[in-house]
Parts: sequence; structure tokens; C-alpha cells
Amino acid sequence: MSNLKVNQLTFQAATVNGSGSQSANMVLTRAIFSMGIPVAPKNVFPSNIEGLPTWYQLRITPEGYMARKGDPDVLVALNPATWANDLKTVRPGGAVVHEEAYSTAEARDDVTYYPVPFSKLAKTRIQSDTLRKQLTNLIYVGVVAGLLGIPKDRLEHGVQRVFQTKPKAWQVNIDAVNVGYEYWEQNFKDKPCGFRLEPMTGKVDDLVLVEGNQAGALGALMGGVTVAAWYPITPSSSLCENLIAYTDRFRVDPKTGEHLISVVQAEDELAALGMAIGAGWAGARAMTSTSGPGISLMAEFSGLAYYAEIPVVIWDIQRVGPSTGLPTRTMQGDVSFAYSLSHGDTRHIVLLPGNVEECYEFGRLAFDLADRFQTPVFVLSDLDLGMNLWMTRKFAYPEAGFDRGKVVTAERIEELKGDWGRYRDVDGDGIPWRTLPNTDHPLAGYFTRGSGHDENARYTESAETYARNVDRLARKLEGARPVLPQPVAEEPGSEVGIIAFGSSEAAVAEARVLLAETGLRTDYLRLRALPMSKAVTEFVARHERVYVVEQNRDGQVYDLIRLELSPDHVGRLRSIRNYDGQPLPAEAITRPLKELEAVPA
Amino acid sequence: MAATLNHIQLGRDAYKGAATTLCAGCGHNSITNHLIKALYELGVEPQRLAKMSGIGCSSKTPAYFVEQAHGFNGVHGRMPALTTGAQLADRRLIMLGVSGDGDTVSIGLGQFLHMVRRNVDCTYIIEDNGTYGLTKGQFSATADVGSVQKKGAVNTFQPIDPCAVALTLGCSFVARSFSGDGKQLVPLIKAAIAHRGMALLDVVSPCVTFNDHDGSTKSYSWVKEHDEEIHDVSFIPYFEEIAVDYEPGTTVSVEMHDGSHLLLKKLGEEYDPSDRRAAIQMVEESRGRGQLVTGLLYIDESMPDFATTERIPAERALRDLGEQDLRLSRADFDAFLDEFA
Repeated sequence: MSNLKVNQLTFQAATVNGSGSQSANMVLTRAIFSMGIPVAPKNVFPSNIEGLPTWYQLRITPEGYMARKGDPDVLVALNPATWANDLKTVRPGGAVVHEEAYSTAEARDDVTYYPVPFSKLAKTRIQSDTLRKQLTNLIYVGVVAGLLGIPKDRLEHGVQRVFQTKPKAWQVNIDAVNVGYEYWEQNFKDKPCGFRLEPMTGKVDDLVLVEGNQAGALGALMGGVTVAAWYPITPSSSLCENLIAYTDRFRVDPKTGEHLISVVQAEDELAALGMAIGAGWAGARAMTSTSGPGISLMAEFSGLAYYAEIPVVIWDIQRVGPSTGLPTRTMQGDVSFAYSLSHGDTRHIVLLPGNVEECYEFGRLAFDLADRFQTPVFVLSDLDLGMNLWMTRKFAYPEAGFDRGKVVTAERIEELKGDWGRYRDVDGDGIPWRTLPNTDHPLAGYFTRGSGHDENARYTESAETYARNVDRLARKLEGARPVLPQPVAEEPGSEVGIIAFGSSEAAVAEARVLLAETGLRTDYLRLRALPMSKAVTEFVARHERVYVVEQNRDGQVYDLIRLELSPDHVGRLRSIRNYDGQPLPAEAITRPLKELEAVPA
Repeated sequence: MAATLNHIQLGRDAYKGAATTLCAGCGHNSITNHLIKALYELGVEPQRLAKMSGIGCSSKTPAYFVEQAHGFNGVHGRMPALTTGAQLADRRLIMLGVSGDGDTVSIGLGQFLHMVRRNVDCTYIIEDNGTYGLTKGQFSATADVGSVQKKGAVNTFQPIDPCAVALTLGCSFVARSFSGDGKQLVPLIKAAIAHRGMALLDVVSPCVTFNDHDGSTKSYSWVKEHDEEIHDVSFIPYFEEIAVDYEPGTTVSVEMHDGSHLLLKKLGEEYDPSDRRAAIQMVEESRGRGQLVTGLLYIDESMPDFATTERIPAERALRDLGEQDLRLSRADFDAFLDEFA
């Protein structure tokens, strides 16, 4: 074929939730990745156990773009309920592998069809009644492998990689893949599809595939978490479940069976954060993980930890709200809520990891920051970052030890001749010193409370003392600005800037290439923490027009940045918002940005 | 003359706290005094004590005893979660939770039940007056049907009896007492502290301002008339020689985890505090008779506490672990990341 596309396609499998297609998709992904080809998987799944439609999208580009690319080039259609619609989404020139029985009466003539009698093949060629439904999916892996040119040994590698811990499952899965491969050989060998995969070198050689929630759990482990309390909620559950799996391997004393951590499934999110705060108060590195509805419930305890100055780490794997919203879709909708979570003048440190490597780094760093600033630290990931696999370089082993912050020991109290107070600002940075319970000194104890307290932690309703205390808290958070992860900026020197954060990173990276190809060069700043660094306002000052890209309706970070700007710079800021619950594609940035560029400043 | 010292060489004053800000005559103040006596006599090390509470009149009281100890006055109804977390961070802490009937049985009922279910090692005292004092006298969920508010309103809802609920869930130590009965309460507090696991002490504590009148079942006069003790209680700490001065055949000695003993002298009918179903039945029957049964209702010293179930180290606190204990080795870390390739 003249216009054969090599390593440049978007694959999509449309299946029924609960049919076991996930392992088939992973086999395909692992097989392709092992050919040295970059992959960017996205799972679009329903809030459902079995029966509703689900899609798996695998984007393949030689450049290694990791953002979602809307419509598929190669479709596997195995869901009769969505068949008609799925067919409409295929790009012209695409390939459609579908169950033979599906009607093609209203078929398009700009795609190539590969009808496969999946049910029939499954009935006649798969012996196991119990595994038939699941293994049917492996048949399409074989067909697609034939169409795209994935070598058989790579398919075997894919099966072995996915069923790493179950060697007994290898042969039966490989057999099922081969059923599809043979069907392709017998029926479609002379019907090429216009897309081809060819082995590559140098692009993904040292990369690994990791989910954000795996990276976050590993970060927490390396950060020294010893108490984690959580309540199940999509899309955050896998973070603590990964943590449990990792701690079972790495935190159990093989001799005594003792666990150097407690991971507690709490009765609700209130209790989850309460336990973490109780543990943080008593000196442990403690965390919880949740999503929007849980964050709502955690408002009360967040205010307590802020005001009483207790270190704790709170992960929010954001999903679409408000309320229950779309539980299995992604959003950056909790930023301004988390930043000021709780009543009164509450303000929190918020970390914004932009890739899985930062999920790991910030997962570890969050404990140092919580201890150092004696305050809750929120880590805002999202469903896309947390639950999808991302290519990443391997994470670095931490060189620095734990920063446990300002802790007064019994010896120190002696040196001070007992003259210490829990909320005194002795260093001028707003960060007080604390003792831990069970410090062996008669003057170590103090009374922690969420009600008004003075420098020595005594109850007070004094107006002056209250104001002095909350002013100190504001000063403490101000001091965090230059210490938190600083923005990452790339400034080749354009008058147009882009500011983004979190999982938008992948789409922005691609959008900037696409814009440059049309002659529009852009500078870029990625925000990584709140309260934001001065570098953000300085970046805006250096650019004529700055586009804030985010995945929510109201432009939450756009608003937060505007509040920081001097009045004459406010007009430079423009807002690009995407809030359909789907991982952000590059065209959701390029399209509105070009439109807005046409509008005079 | 030197003050009398306990076995860790502290005087009674070492167990005192700030001056109370509750109403004069409040039952809670009596409980505070009984706590001071019990902690002093037991010789609890102040720095090992963690005083936990929620919100309400009851929850203010941890400020009024053992000034030296760490205390945590949290948010309403959430003391159990804070206590559970703190216990995990350092299981050497002696957790002492003080809550009220609103704090435990209304806003905090869920956390209370789950704390029972986990058998967190703590003493959990409910200062139970059937009313919301700080917000000026609304009914709480422990108020009996027919209780009359100060302004005349009559409670029409069934009460929730925290002891009955705890018994149903298999709480490993359930007792009830009365704020005015130090003779019974002090040994029960000591036994609750010695118990390893969740020890619930529901202490009826009349509110002199809002709930100490004729229509109230939580008034001094009502409790004094309707109190039925199931036994005379005496507690022998592990460091004292056990001298049983009760008549054989009428006493039962319960050995606690730390080797101390709780002696129960039978009054009236035979009562066995190790029979949970019998305890549930007795609490129900007494309620039917309009009686308030006090004493140790149930104890099970065999149930593992939460930290034990979690298998966290007995000798080292999680909060003291460092990089060497908690991080993967460089080799394990590299090998682990290779698994993602």
C-alpha cells in the first residue's frame, strides 16, 4: 500500500464490562511495548461490575505521545450494544474487526471490514467452558496481531508478562491468541489494513509502564508511611490496595511476621482521615487516599489538622463531580476546594503531580513537607493519571533521609529548662515546635485542640491571641511557596505562554509541537504546587498572552492565578477548559488556543 | 509533711489538671476526681497517657486532669478515629478517651461501633447525662422515653443504650457506673485501664443545669433510687500483693492482661461477667423493670486488641521507625522497578 502508516495508529477495543477483556488488552499492549514501540493506553470504563460498555484505547506514535487521541484507526467491535456508534467513530481509512454476526447494513464504505466469527471460534476451538468468555478476547488479540504484524514471540511475551505470576495460564492464553492469528492467516492475509507495527529501538528501551496509583503507593512506601487509613472509592482504591500489596512484600519481618505499617480500611472517609491525623499527631507518617466525595467528607478534619498543626498526607485521585458525578471519568475539579478545604480561613499545601514519576516523587516528598510544615499536604492526582498505565523512566532511589521537622525531645526540653510552648514562633518562620506523645519529660505534654489556643496550647477566646495565631499560620504557608516543588518551565522565547498542571502535561507537550508546526511557538510553565511559586506571576509578566489549560468547567486554577497577579497583568490570562470526563487530547488545547489567538488582546 | 507518693513516686497533685469550667455540681467533675484518684493510685506514668476527646461538656474534661499528659480535644463524635490512629502510631501509649452521650451515641455512633469492632486498646468513658449541655439542654439519644426537658418538652424516642449496643457487638469490656459512686467507679476505671482492648465505661452523670429534675432519668435522685449494683468491685493492681478479703464463694477474681486482678463480690443473684448473652439479657430485663444496673457487665480478656491484630511491633512504636526500617533497599527497589518493564 502506498500510504502505509507505520507505528502510527490508535487502536480501540469496544467490549462489555466484566467480560475479561482487560487482560487481552494488556497482552496486546505489552506485546507492542516489547517491540520497542511507544504505547499510551487509556481505559474508558463504566461504573458497573458487569454488562455496561467499556472501551480500551491504545495510542501508538513513534514520538511517544501519551495524550488521548480521540477517534480510533483500528477498531475491535465486540459489543453489540455500541456497535453502530463505535463504527461511526472510526477514522476514514480505518480497519474494523467485528463479530461476524453484526449487521453491516448501514456500513460505511471508507473503512475495511474484517468479520470474525468470534462466538463460533470460541465454541469450537476453546475447550474450557469456564474460561471461554475470557479467552474469546484473546482471539481478537491474535487477529489484530496478524493485521498489524506483531510477531508471535512478542505475543507470547505479552501473555507471560500479563500472567507473570500464573505460569499455568500461559499456554491456554497463547492457544487462544493463536486461534485468532490462524483465522487471520486463513482469511485476511491478503487483505492489508494500511497500518503496520515495526520494531523500534532507542525510544522506550529504559522505560517502564506504571500507573499513577502504583507510583503513589511506592512513593508513600519510600516516604516512610506507617499508618494509612482509607475507604474504598473509585478511582483512588487502587492506591491503597497497591500499598497493601507492596507492604505485604516489603514491610513484613520474615522472622517475626511483624508488620512495619498498618493499613486500615476505615468505616468512612471521616474516620479514614481521623485515624491518619491521630497517627500524625502521635508522630507516625500517616496518610489517606480518596476522591472527590471523600474529600467533601474530610473537610471537618482537614480544618482541625490545619488549625491544630498536625502533619498528614491526603491523596485525592480526582474524578468527575459534583456529587457522585461520573465516578469512572477523569477531572481536575477539586483544586480550589482542596486548597481551602474546611470552614474559616483554612489554607492547605497542594501538590500537583504531572506524571507518574511525580506521583512517586511527591508521594514521598509529601511526608517531608507535612512534617516540616506541620500541616495537611494534599496530593492531587486524577483518574487518568492514577488508573492508566504511563510510560516513564525508572524512578530514582531517594538520596535524602526523612525530614521529620521540628520535634522537641526530652533532652531539648532540659536544655530549654522547660521553657517551650507548642505554638510559639521561635524561629520567625511561623513553624512551631512540637513534642510527640510519650516523650519522657514532665513538661513535654500539651493539649491539642481545634478550639482557640494560645502559644502554649492553652484554651483562649482572646481576640488578639486568635488573630496572632492565624496570622502566624498564614505566614507559615507563605514560607512554603519557595520550598514546595517549583514550576517546570520551558521558555524558548515566545510572547505566548501556556500554564498547565497535573495530567494535562501529556496533552500540552503534544499541543506545543502541533502549534509549532503551524508556526505558533509557545512557552510553557507547569504548576506543581499550591500556594504557587512567585515564578508563576513572573512567567505571566514575561508573556503577552498566557493560556491556562485545565480540566474543569470553572477555570479554577485560572482564577487562583489571577488572584496572585498584579492588576495590570490580569488581562493577559486566558482560560482553556475541558470537562467532558475524558483524558485531555492535544486538540482540546490547540483548537481553542488558535481561536483565542485570533481575538485581539 | 511530704505528700503521699504512689509507686512511681508521684503525688496526687501530679494527676491534677486545669481548673474546671463546668457548672458547679456537674457529675462530670466527680468523674474527673475519680479519674485522678484511679490514675494516681494505679501509678500511671503521665507521659504515657494520651487523653482523647470529642466535643461537648464531657470532652472538655481531659484538660482538668493530668496536666502533664498529652491531650487531644478533636472534633465532634470523632474521638474514636483519632484514638485508633494514635494507638497505631505508638501502641505503648495508654489511651484514655472521654466522650459524652451526644458525642458517642448521636454524631459519633458509627465511629464508636467500629472502634468496638476493632477492639482498639483504650478506655472509653461516656459521661452520660442524656442532654446537650453546651447548646443549652436539647435531648440526646440516651434520654429515656418520657424524659422531660427543663422547658417541659417530653422525649418520645427510644433511647440508645451504649452498653447494650457494645454488648451486642462483643465489646471486650463493658461496665456502667454512676458519677457519684466513687467506691464503684474508681476500681472500674482502674480495671478498664488495665484491660487490653476496648473498655467501655458508661457513667451516668447528671447535668445539674439541664437534666437534674424530677422528670429526668439521669438525675441524682432517680439514679440513687433505681441503681442496682450487680457486684461490689475491687481492683488490685499487678504490683500489689493480692489479698482477697472477700468471703470465698461470693467473689470472683478476673485476671487482667498485666497480671492485675479485678475482684467482684456478688450481690444478690449470681452474675457471671464472662457470659455475654446473659449480660445482654440482664441489661434488657433491668431496663424493663426501670432499673439501672451498674458494675462490670461483661469482660473478655482473651480477645486480641487492634494493634495485635494488625501485627505491628509490640516493642517498637511505628512512629520511631526510620529510613532503614521503612525503605526498600536499593537492590530491592531496582528489582521491583524492573517488574514494571
